[in-house]
Amino acid sequence: MARRFQPQMATGNDLLEGDVVYFTSRGEWSREIGDAALALNPEAADDLLARASAFPNQVVGVYLVEAAIDDEGRAAPAHFREVFRTRGPSNYPQHGRQAERSDV
Amino acid sequence: MYDYSDFDSAFVRERVAEFRDQVERRISGALTEAEFLPLRLRNGLYLQLHAYMLRVAIPYGTLTARKLRQLAYIAERWDKGYGHFTTRQNIQFNWPKLRDVPDILEALADVQMHSIQTSGNCVRNVTADHFAGAAADEIEDPRTTAELIRQWSTDHPEFSWLGRKFKIGISGAAHDRAVIRSHDIGLRIYRNEAGEVGYEVMVGGGLGRTPMIAKTVREFLPKADLLPYLEAILRTYNLLGRRDNKWKARLKILVHEAGIDTVRALVDEAFAERRAKMGPVNPALLAEIDAAFAAPVFEPEVPVPPLVGAGLRSWVDTNVSPHRVPHYAIVTVSLKPIGGTPGDVTAEQMRLLADIAEEYAHDELRISHEQNVVLPHVPRRNLVAIYDRLKQAGLATANFGLISDIISCPGMDYCSLATARSIPIAQGIAQAFADLDQQRDIGPLKIKISGCINACGHHHVGHIGILGLDKAGVENYQITLGGDGTETTAIGEKAGPGFAYDEVVPAVERLVGAYLDLRREPGETFIEAYRRLGAAPFRAALYPDEARSDAA
Repeated sequence: MARRFQPQMATGNDLLEGDVVYFTSRGEWSREIGDAALALNPEAADDLLARASAFPNQVVGVYLVEAAIDDEGRAAPAHFREVFRTRGPSNYPQHGRQAERSDV
Repeated sequence: MYDYSDFDSAFVRERVAEFRDQVERRISGALTEAEFLPLRLRNGLYLQLHAYMLRVAIPYGTLTARKLRQLAYIAERWDKGYGHFTTRQNIQFNWPKLRDVPDILEALADVQMHSIQTSGNCVRNVTADHFAGAAADEIEDPRTTAELIRQWSTDHPEFSWLGRKFKIGISGAAHDRAVIRSHDIGLRIYRNEAGEVGYEVMVGGGLGRTPMIAKTVREFLPKADLLPYLEAILRTYNLLGRRDNKWKARLKILVHEAGIDTVRALVDEAFAERRAKMGPVNPALLAEIDAAFAAPVFEPEVPVPPLVGAGLRSWVDTNVSPHRVPHYAIVTVSLKPIGGTPGDVTAEQMRLLADIAEEYAHDELRISHEQNVVLPHVPRRNLVAIYDRLKQAGLATANFGLISDIISCPGMDYCSLATARSIPIAQGIAQAFADLDQQRDIGPLKIKISGCINACGHHHVGHIGILGLDKAGVENYQITLGGDGTETTAIGEKAGPGFAYDEVVPAVERLVGAYLDLRREPGETFIEAYRRLGAAPFRAALYPDEARSDAA
């Protein structure tokens, strides 16, 4: 049986800064995972990746990640690698995105 | 210390200018990412999980105070105030911005450093024994050979686009501290029965997905034949090595598939041709390089103050090794404070180490593949002063060679290739064995941790190796036992099923507990006990439930 489709988000790294970024429903890139657009079916995922890939001189290494939706409807990455990308290195809480946010 | 020639300086400056232009063209969009990627990798610039990472070469691990201060400056000016020493004697900066990288490279060139060939499918930074020039058991300083190879291999047109990366390691001592049998080419300098100094040449070693111990391709190679012989090996590999599959493209696979005898015959054939064309290594050049690595002028022996205090004495017992000059010592500064990140050093600590090297240790430092800093030439009378200065900076952990002196790759805290985290596992183990008296009781024990099968953390040659994997979306850790990275190289054996993240530290505690119960006497080390007893009793400790059900 085919695995049930999981919602997807598009992510990559900022060309100049290297920061982790997410593609938003407004068609822009954001450092906030909360802004990430969600694709809810395979066709939408293909479309999301195509639109996100249209900024080759702004964001590099664009790919799709699976999202899990929590009880309050917020999207978070399903895989631990992607969870780490939303935070920063676990050995230095003062570095990376976790340093700027209180919710991680 | 080898100083750049005018040629070296001009070459590095030109390379910086070239990369500055490439970065500008990438930012303007004139270069695509696909075009830029191999260019940035050739200059050591990676894009990691959270940011770019710049890997800077520290040839044969040798630094001066001036160079180390410049690394501190770079860490503060363009990064987040720290650096990470790697198992290839490189330093990595974890947070540079793309626009700043050309300026960083310029700052490196100011002190005769660069990041060329720290990545990509080329001959990588040549590594050597970190006790080179100082070890009591040394036949010859391996750095002369390492520098010769650096000059020959840098931007070598024929070997700039190999099938895969290519690693060379060199030891000039009886005891192998440079893991030479885990390199594509390992060179052991020794004196033969006729009294001549030359090389035992080993090929096809490597860790990674398919760990292999290098095989001897040439028992004794005269020194003058080194470059034509290396060129013959590289040429054979470059022509015959596979390129169809990234995982099969290393020299070790060619040696394994074709067999060492076939490889030897091919290399010999190529060697005859290369030697005729190239001639022997220019003795004048060799003498010039040799002179650059001449030992410092050792000071005369003076009375040494008594070592007062338990902390100082433990540190001297553990972190100080014999020097070839009896009133000198080799000091290993541990970058493994309990609970810290293996191999990490702050800009402030770098400056302190530079000051100490300058004031007390003939202005020389080394970076070891075990991610520590070495002061190779220390008059024994300075040990007390050095210890006091290190202690104030949190750098006097007396754990060199002990269970908390762990090699760890950056793992999934930084690396985009990682399949699991390494650093917190290392931190957890060190904390579980925080008591240094207990560590000394356990004795020499090498734990090495990699966060993926590429094995940057050398887990295959750890007495206890730990490999982090992604098992169905969850971090899972495989434990290997009995590995050894010295002259008695052995690849560790997989102990059994993997462990969840939270289970790794207790598993290591059980292993160590079993060793303490099983050892014949306190002097029998973990690896000796393992060799005597085999894996079974250690497996039983790792998997107690299984042992119980077998007994039932």
